[in-house]
Amino acid sequence: MTKYAAPGQSGSVVTYRDRYDHFIGGEYVPPAKGEYFANPTPVTGEEFTEIARGTADDVERALDAAHGAARGWGKTSVADRANVLNKIADRMEANLEALAVAETWENGKPIRETLAADLPLAVDHFRYFAGVIRAQEGGISQIDEDLIAYHFQEPLGVVGQIIPWNFPILMAVWKLAPALAAGNAVVLKPAEQTPASIHVLMELIADLLPPGVVNVVNGFGVEAGKPLASSRRVAKVAFTGETTTGRLIMQYASENIIPVTLELGGKSPNVFFSDVAAERDAFYDKALEGFTMFALNQGEVCTCPSRALIQSSIYDQFLGDAVERTRAVKQGHPLDTDTMIGAQASNDQLEKILSYIDIGKQEGARVLTGGERADLGGELSGGYYVTPTVFEGDNKMRIFQEEIFGPVVAVTQFSDYDDAMKTANDTLYGLGAGVWSRDGSVAYRAGRDIQAGRVWVNNYHAYPAHAAFGGYKQSGIGRENHRVMLDHYQQTKNLLVSYSPNAQGFF
Amino acid sequence: MARVALTREAAEVLRRLRASHGDLMFHQSGGCCDGSAPMCYPAGEFRTGSSDVHLGDLSVDEFAVPVWMSAAQFEYWSHTHLTIDVVPGRGSGFSLEAPLGVRFLVRSRLLKDEEL
Repeated sequence: MTKYAAPGQSGSVVTYRDRYDHFIGGEYVPPAKGEYFANPTPVTGEEFTEIARGTADDVERALDAAHGAARGWGKTSVADRANVLNKIADRMEANLEALAVAETWENGKPIRETLAADLPLAVDHFRYFAGVIRAQEGGISQIDEDLIAYHFQEPLGVVGQIIPWNFPILMAVWKLAPALAAGNAVVLKPAEQTPASIHVLMELIADLLPPGVVNVVNGFGVEAGKPLASSRRVAKVAFTGETTTGRLIMQYASENIIPVTLELGGKSPNVFFSDVAAERDAFYDKALEGFTMFALNQGEVCTCPSRALIQSSIYDQFLGDAVERTRAVKQGHPLDTDTMIGAQASNDQLEKILSYIDIGKQEGARVLTGGERADLGGELSGGYYVTPTVFEGDNKMRIFQEEIFGPVVAVTQFSDYDDAMKTANDTLYGLGAGVWSRDGSVAYRAGRDIQAGRVWVNNYHAYPAHAAFGGYKQSGIGRENHRVMLDHYQQTKNLLVSYSPNAQGFF
Repeated sequence: MARVALTREAAEVLRRLRASHGDLMFHQSGGCCDGSAPMCYPAGEFRTGSSDVHLGDLSVDEFAVPVWMSAAQFEYWSHTHLTIDVVPGRGSGFSLEAPLGVRFLVRSRLLKDEEL
């Protein structure tokens, strides 16, 4: 076991500044109105830094810087752009522990996740998009002997990106890497719950980027996010969050006739077919871990497998083993490498989870384990901890239909394949799903029949670059994490060229 | 039948917001991050349409604050009564109360048979 020292304490690998301004045009700029807001750590509830409270004036200033940089960056060769992304990746990798501790302290997630997942994935994401932009080719279409259509990909220009709080660095990188690879300049607004760790990253990599290519404006959604999302000066808005704000961003975009990409969450089914329990072997163990994945990142994942569907013939046995596995999840100090589940990201998130546990009980769902706030004692008493919770109930209940965004799974059973698909698809959302079976054809068919953009088969919660990620139904628009995201950050330019010396013949 | 209500503390926040933003509205969100939470906007900021259901109006003094939800979401929520409360915190999204250091929250109860 290792326990990392908290940022700022002696022996810590990272120190937060007392205050962060906006990062605009390659330097730190105080907010126009001079106001700041306090940023608490969910680990203890204590405030640890303060953050610029951005407003429309700051957004305009960032847009000025971005527009000043966009043309030059867009004209930079793909080799040079890729080199910048690779250097960012190298710099992050060399400072991985510092970034991991910074993100854990701000978000509350266990350090073993930031060390093993968030940061390595972010590093690889930059490298992936450095690679794909080098490999991207335009097209040539020969219309006839004398008429040729050339297709070029061109950057959109200046794009706005609004980042969620569940993976403050990784979600920013998911959006930054393709946008930068494609040659765009960015104005990025981090979530107000996790506004600081991105600045630890920006300070590390600022010298690698031309000024103005990446600008970070902090603040509240209504004061800084809205002016960015509704600006006539952005060519595209990317947002990860919830449906009402997603719709509002689409409404703003409709006024400006610009595209959006949206990732709006889900209520992902995790389907366990009976043959999973045919043996008590490594695969059975893997499937039990797959069930328990609802507790990863405290359940604060858009693809949290928050509905477990278990075939009736193995229901009691498998669920019993799964509950036992859930009880073994070690809750503790997020900076302790043995800790498996840390703190919820904010007090309002904690309150919302508890309100859902309440309605779940009212609707008659049975709590098999957990179901309450955890007081871990000492300095952690002020933090926001929930014990991993397993509910048993019916798919029509609200805890089966709404994203709780906490370590809460709702379990029900199905009789056969058709019943499984009916329940799996009985949801407004279609972001993620899991399918577990030893029978490859059952797993394949289920994977194709579930209406979701990402179906994990015999695994869960893997997010490698090079595997497209995005939603069906109300879970959003667009596919991140893959080369196709370049299309969402580029225009297609067609040059239609005549090599004929003769008039076209109309006039 | 009333489907929505609000706590005294939430009403107090609405009074403050109304003083600075004018008439208000709620749209109940779904989905990830700050989803499943009520979003408060200046009236008309969020354009509702045929895919939305008007759950009712909250009365704050002489003012009415309409509460909306998408019709698809309402199908799963229709058996519950919603009380809008407020807790310390910091929601993202564009909801108006976040700069005050508070976040609106829905507390739910099952509708009784005589209410259905």
